[in-house]
Amino acid sequence: MKRFFLPIASLAVVLLASCKPGGDSNVIVVGEFASLTGKEATFGTSSHEGTLLAVEKINEAGGVLGKQVKLLTEDNQSKAGESSTVVDKLISRDHAVAILGEVASSRSLEAAPICQQSKVPMISPSSTNPKVTQTGDYVFRVCFIDPFQGTVMANFALGTLKAKRVAVLTDVKSDYSKGLAQFFEAGFVKGGGEIVSRLDFNGGDKDFKAQLTAIKGANPDAVFVPGYYTEVALIAVQARQLDMQAPLFGGDGWESEDLLKLGKEAVEGYYFSTHYSPEAGSPLGAKFVEDYRKRWGGKSPDAMAALGYDSAMLLVDAIKRAGTVEGAKVRDALAATKDLEGVTGKTTINAQRDATKAAVVIQVKGGKFKYLETVKP
Amino acid sequence: MLSFDPFELNHPVQQFINGLALGSIYALIALGYTMVYGVLRFINFAHADVLMLGAYAAAFVAPVLAGFLGGPSLLLLFATVLVAAVVCAGIGMLIEALAYRPLRARPKLTVLITAIGVSLFIEFTAQHPAVFGAKTRPFPQLLPAGNLEFAGATLSRVDLLIPVVTVLLLAGLWVLVQRTRMGMAMRAVSFNQNAASLMGVNNNRIISFTFGLGSALAAVAGVLYSVRSSGIDPLMGIRPGLIAFSAAVVGGIGDLGGAVLGGLLLGMLETYAGGVEGLSNYRDAISFGMLVVILLFRPAGLLGRAQVEKV
Repeated sequence: MKRFFLPIASLAVVLLASCKPGGDSNVIVVGEFASLTGKEATFGTSSHEGTLLAVEKINEAGGVLGKQVKLLTEDNQSKAGESSTVVDKLISRDHAVAILGEVASSRSLEAAPICQQSKVPMISPSSTNPKVTQTGDYVFRVCFIDPFQGTVMANFALGTLKAKRVAVLTDVKSDYSKGLAQFFEAGFVKGGGEIVSRLDFNGGDKDFKAQLTAIKGANPDAVFVPGYYTEVALIAVQARQLDMQAPLFGGDGWESEDLLKLGKEAVEGYYFSTHYSPEAGSPLGAKFVEDYRKRWGGKSPDAMAALGYDSAMLLVDAIKRAGTVEGAKVRDALAATKDLEGVTGKTTINAQRDATKAAVVIQVKGGKFKYLETVKP
Repeated sequence: MLSFDPFELNHPVQQFINGLALGSIYALIALGYTMVYGVLRFINFAHADVLMLGAYAAAFVAPVLAGFLGGPSLLLLFATVLVAAVVCAGIGMLIEALAYRPLRARPKLTVLITAIGVSLFIEFTAQHPAVFGAKTRPFPQLLPAGNLEFAGATLSRVDLLIPVVTVLLLAGLWVLVQRTRMGMAMRAVSFNQNAASLMGVNNNRIISFTFGLGSALAAVAGVLYSVRSSGIDPLMGIRPGLIAFSAAVVGGIGDLGGAVLGGLLLGMLETYAGGVEGLSNYRDAISFGMLVVILLFRPAGLLGRAQVEKV
């Protein structure tokens, strides 16, 4: 018997220790899950840096409800399955009052049911697939959704690119990519365009030559690639290897320094839509760019950073209006958000718990992201 | 809705070269699986990760070599491939000596599970931020940019080069196995380890050499694969590794010609499927479906001979 005593006793101690209520009551614990490493690491890192900056600013200004906000961040390594684990941990062990995250829709969709079930409000900074907030009434976002982004790029292809025939190359592993492709096609066909080729790849693939050769054979005016930057960069390089003349264009999944690092001159001249550009100019935006550069060693913020910042601001604004951190009350306050001034523009939460706001189109020029135009909803 | 004309849609010449190049890479990887199976009768699952290490070795050494040899050129490619092959041969022999040799007398299943463990160990060590990190990195340019126009198709140099390299390596391998003392010893070990050692063959040395050779081929495949795709990451070996393993089985595991045949077959299939609307999503299903069908009708693979397993 004796040899069982020690393990059981130590187990009991561990269990007791982990049961203690959420630390001291002078802080409000907010959980964040992000892809700090892995395939979409630059997204998660930008988003996290924006969120952390917002929390630091809030605490500098005296916090909320007289308490400091403590941001607990968990890394899901850009992997499927990790998000549900870390969000479960944030809610049940750390007693987070709200969850912020993720960029990728697939991973937000993993965490959303858990938040909904535990009645903990969740705000996704930049997941654009409509399904994310359809999970339940505790799930919100501060960005626009793919039907809007798809329409913006369809109009851009028809209007600015003057493309009549477009090929679509979709990442079938990603909810974001599939949704965006579908909404783009609907908008483009409605506007009088023709989809000449629809091909698929799997996120993580390295070889796209078969698809690109077939696309080249279909002779499109432009190719819509609603993927994430890693694959987009490799696709661009291989398209140039095949001497493809048609320009590539896509959505906010492109916006990463790594697109330029991996794609180099191959991505030059291509276009994508996103949420924010420091060049687009808004009163809070200018201050944010300055603060962000100061905090993160001169780095310029991208859309993910700006949305990360706005997600924390939205949450704190709602907690302030609710006057409590109780899940149901914060949820109601979030749902009632109207014209909240943020760095990505004014945020109004609609009945579907999505934000309605403008999109910007960016072109890669001289190895940099250049602001091209703003499209209002 | 599969109304397609492969000759209209697919740019036949270009797609053929794409398939040939991809198939040749699979063939090079499959050779490693099949050689190790030949001498040890087990599947070295860490083989795919050796491919990845070869690509990383090349990515680190290429800028240094480019400093001596000037910009991208055929010479730079060959020098880089050579260094990566030597590094990987060493790694392959090390893996064998550390992980598999101590288990030589144990059941084959033990070694197989160990191989999976070695594979996971390499993958997750490599993903650690202090090692390579999980991020995709750009692969340095080894060949000068530029394409050849042929029959209306654009062929990138590397896609033309890959099949040539494969044929040369295969010829070299055939000579090695069939015409040298080392090859004779390899065949002897493959045939019967006990008898070979009674005839004075140093089994451990032969097995170690086989691992080194297979790993060097994996490194060549890894570099060529990365030159084509231009990006590398620590999990890059898994998919080509699985397909090449299927290729080795389809061709008849243990048979060198079969590995090449299986690799080319699966590479071609994958490329043609990838270029067809509605099928591009099912590329892997087609490859593995092929594996199932061939195993149903020819359990020993296309070129393999059925053997009676003595239990």
